[in-house]
Amino acid sequence: MSFRDRLLGRDRRSAQTARKRLQLVLIHDRAGISPGKLDALKDDLIAAISRHVEIDASNVHVSLRSERDKQRLVADIPLATSRARRRELG
Amino acid sequence: MTAKVVTITSGKGGVGKTTATANIGVALASLGHPAVCIDADIGLRNLDVIMGLENRIVYDLVDVVEGRCKLRQSMIKDKRVPDLYLIPAAQARDKTSVSPQDMIRLCDELRSHCEWILIDSPAGIERGFRNAIAPADLVLIITNPEVSAVRDADRIIGLIEAEGKGPGQLIINRLKPEMVKKGDMLGEEDILDVLAIELIGLVPEDDAVITASNQGNPVALNASSSAGNAFRDIARRLNGEEVPFEPLYDQQGFLKRISRLVRSGGDR
Ligand SMILES: Nc1ncnc2c1ncn2[C@@H]1O[C@H](COP(=O)(O)OP(=O)(O)OP(=O)(O)O)[C@@H](O)[C@H]1O
Ligand SMILES: [Mg+2]
Repeated sequence: MSFRDRLLGRDRRSAQTARKRLQLVLIHDRAGISPGKLDALKDDLIAAISRHVEIDASNVHVSLRSERDKQRLVADIPLATSRARRRELG
Repeated sequence: MTAKVVTITSGKGGVGKTTATANIGVALASLGHPAVCIDADIGLRNLDVIMGLENRIVYDLVDVVEGRCKLRQSMIKDKRVPDLYLIPAAQARDKTSVSPQDMIRLCDELRSHCEWILIDSPAGIERGFRNAIAPADLVLIITNPEVSAVRDADRIIGLIEAEGKGPGQLIINRLKPEMVKKGDMLGEEDILDVLAIELIGLVPEDDAVITASNQGNPVALNASSSAGNAFRDIARRLNGEEVPFEPLYDQQGFLKRISRLVRSGGDR
């Protein structure tokens, strides 16, 4: 690790970075969904659900999760609470 | 004798398929198990030079498949070890000269002549790869401890399962123990964690592999080479022997490190 890296707080060894990148790329490879496609899916999801219920669109998270033998698409969709709505209204 | 057909493949190019095929073949034959190595990398023949048999080629795989010679005539005998043969790839042809059916037929004919048939697969996932895995009883996937190579190995593992040829077994090649220990290279645990596949070999980076390829003398012939040792271990595991995985980088491996330091002239 160089002194500069240390200064910048980049104190992570490269193998750890490799491990994280590998995990992420494999999750997408195995599911056959690129990160860009996942973003498009998220937009469609927001549009579809918004037709039925008001949601907090800026806090929607869609991700892929990998378990031993299953791939899971996980969507976390917060509903627009009255408090959030009030905030939005100013 | 009914041979077992083992295909060595990788997805990513240049990770050590040809090196592994030659050395596992040499190691099996040295242990007294007759082996035939087949170079299925048509158009990019290399197993012949790694084995040091390039000057003795008369016929090749495509000659056999197209009936220009008998199977026996295409088998080059290695004179350094008992019962090791090479069937070279054709150099001036392309991979469509051979079909998966051809490979199955050829291996079936060979099965009664040896105990092991090792097939060196070309890189990629196209026709050449399909030819190489068609006759396989077991597929060995080889990778390097790098993100790109492991990613491609994952893809290959999936394809092999889809073809009904799984589960394969994994060889991790070119490990640098010092780098893994420092946390600057993926170790076998990291890789096995994401790939979920059985391990059959851990091969360290070893300069002797390169000098061996300069001379056409596979490292498995070299008793003092660490990579040669690792390939011999793979051969023994193929034969059902329980060979523990030597920790390449345990904290206590002080003597080993010193001896490596001395051998490599002190450059780390
Ligand atoms: N354990 C090792 N230590 C040092 N060098 C190695 C090791 N394994 C392979 N190499 C080197 O890596 C290079 C690629 O090896 P090899 O030709 O066996 O790969 P390959 O997978 O067959 O390649 P291709 O996809 O082109 O067929 C060669 O120069 C070889 O000497
Ligand atoms: Mg090769």
